[in-house]
Amino acid sequence: MRSEASWPLRIAALAGLLFLHLPILLIFLYAFTTDERTFTFPPPGLTTQWFAVAWNRADIWPPLMLSLQVALFSTLLALVLGTLVAAAMSGARFFGRDQLSLLIVLPIALPGVITGIALRSAIPMLHLNFGWQTIVLGHATFCIVIVYNNAVARFRRLSGGILEASADLGANAFQTFRYILLPNLGTALLAGGMLAFALSFDEVIVTTFTAGTGAASKTLPIWMLDELIRPRQRPVTNVVAMVVFATTFLPILLAYYLTREGSETAGSGK
Amino acid sequence: MSPAVFPSRSVASRLTTLFWRHPRLLLGLLLAPPLLWLGLVYLGALAALLLQSFYSIDDFSGLIVPELTLKTYAQLFRPSNFDVITRTLLMALSVTVASGVIAFPVAYYAARFARGRWKAAFYLGVMLPLWSSYLVKVYAWKLILAKEGIVTWAATATHTDWLLDAALSLPGIGGSSLSTSYIGTFLVFCYVWLPYMILPMQAALERVPTSMLEASADLGATAGQTFRTVTLPLALPGIIAGSIFTFSLTLGDYIIPQIIGNSASFIGMAVYQLQGTAGNVPLAAAFAVVPILIMLVYLTLARRAGAFDAL
Repeated sequence: MRSEASWPLRIAALAGLLFLHLPILLIFLYAFTTDERTFTFPPPGLTTQWFAVAWNRADIWPPLMLSLQVALFSTLLALVLGTLVAAAMSGARFFGRDQLSLLIVLPIALPGVITGIALRSAIPMLHLNFGWQTIVLGHATFCIVIVYNNAVARFRRLSGGILEASADLGANAFQTFRYILLPNLGTALLAGGMLAFALSFDEVIVTTFTAGTGAASKTLPIWMLDELIRPRQRPVTNVVAMVVFATTFLPILLAYYLTREGSETAGSGK
Repeated sequence: MSPAVFPSRSVASRLTTLFWRHPRLLLGLLLAPPLLWLGLVYLGALAALLLQSFYSIDDFSGLIVPELTLKTYAQLFRPSNFDVITRTLLMALSVTVASGVIAFPVAYYAARFARGRWKAAFYLGVMLPLWSSYLVKVYAWKLILAKEGIVTWAATATHTDWLLDAALSLPGIGGSSLSTSYIGTFLVFCYVWLPYMILPMQAALERVPTSMLEASADLGATAGQTFRTVTLPLALPGIIAGSIFTFSLTLGDYIIPQIIGNSASFIGMAVYQLQGTAGNVPLAAAFAVVPILIMLVYLTLARRAGAFDAL
């Protein structure tokens, strides 16, 4: 019984998808408008000058670099920690296993404002100063689950037989890790890393709590938030929004193509 | 006769033997760093938050009094604070219901009818907005809902501006423009969390066996009856799983109502403002405990409905 979808269903489904995508296109359109004070539609004129203006604005580069730096460090930390948990969880049954899986999901399951204020009130207790390192601290915490989800799905698919075969053929634990485990995990870790990078690069809620006050800990999303609240040269914000969009869009697309052959596909849960 | 010579064993192979004999040791080594991180950094931070919510603030000096008291929690029930909680709850409820209604056709079509290339297109079409920048999405809606923006333009062009004006003059939820009204906040919440609703819904619908639908049809049920009595009950755990996300995310968000809305406070905004400018960390912590408690109740109910198997 495979009946065709009815027309109202098709239209509703397509309308739903369009609803998800059309708003983003407007960001692109408004990057070319000549109107820098309001959001007049249709734009009174089109220009490409805002790309040059954005390029020369000195206040955009440091946040961009900081965001890349934070995303890179958070991703690396999450890759190590997430892979370790995935290896432990897939190999053995142990006391507290279910609780641990809950603990991994918690930073992303609870609203960001809770993770944020929890870290905000804990960091001074540890006598740490707010800065880019504390931003990484927060980001890595919620990126672990992304890497873990990708890695644990791959571990599940990997048969234990090849690890035993490697040991039988005389490889030690490190050789097995280097020559057997890592090549098999490779794409899953890359996909997880990409998603973690995208998530960290664009995170704003936890960041507003864990960042310091100075310009030195202003990430690109925080810069954007400031522009949204106190706008100046609105099209420049659109140009930056396009950059942010591209920086997250490409890794996500790559993560999808890296894992789509498998039974597990990256990105089905955030 | 010389004694047999064994090759000297490297550290690596000796460690391998050790791990082989004591698998628990390897497990411990694997788990130690992530456990230290999540246990110390995260659980420690949550514990600190919980502790702070039992502190209070001295009315005269404005300093935190580190003595356990329920005074701060009692402040949550003051009308001004309690309004914030009910407003957030109402918003979370209506956003969840609306996202469910918009998401269902997309999920249903993707699960039952889309094949091959279309299936991939639907999957990417939902996944990309899910992961793409949150702030960019919110910003896009600021452009759309602005008074001089595309919605007003479209309404004027189609001569439906009377409808827009009527919606904006509704008592309670209206405002001077969409971007400064509850309707605007509501629309943006629906938009931003919609993919979180579609994906679990679609997964649950895909698990409904076709044989059951055939059996239902063979037994004489109409398409509508099959949908109501077979498809919907079987897909319900997935719908509830999706609602966990939309509900929880709306409860804690503070960026969207700050950028689009009539500047009425929501729980997330209250937390942010109290810990920041007001410096009242105990009350901020108590506010933050509210969504945790609500989500615990919600999760318990969802678990009873079998929603966790659908995640």
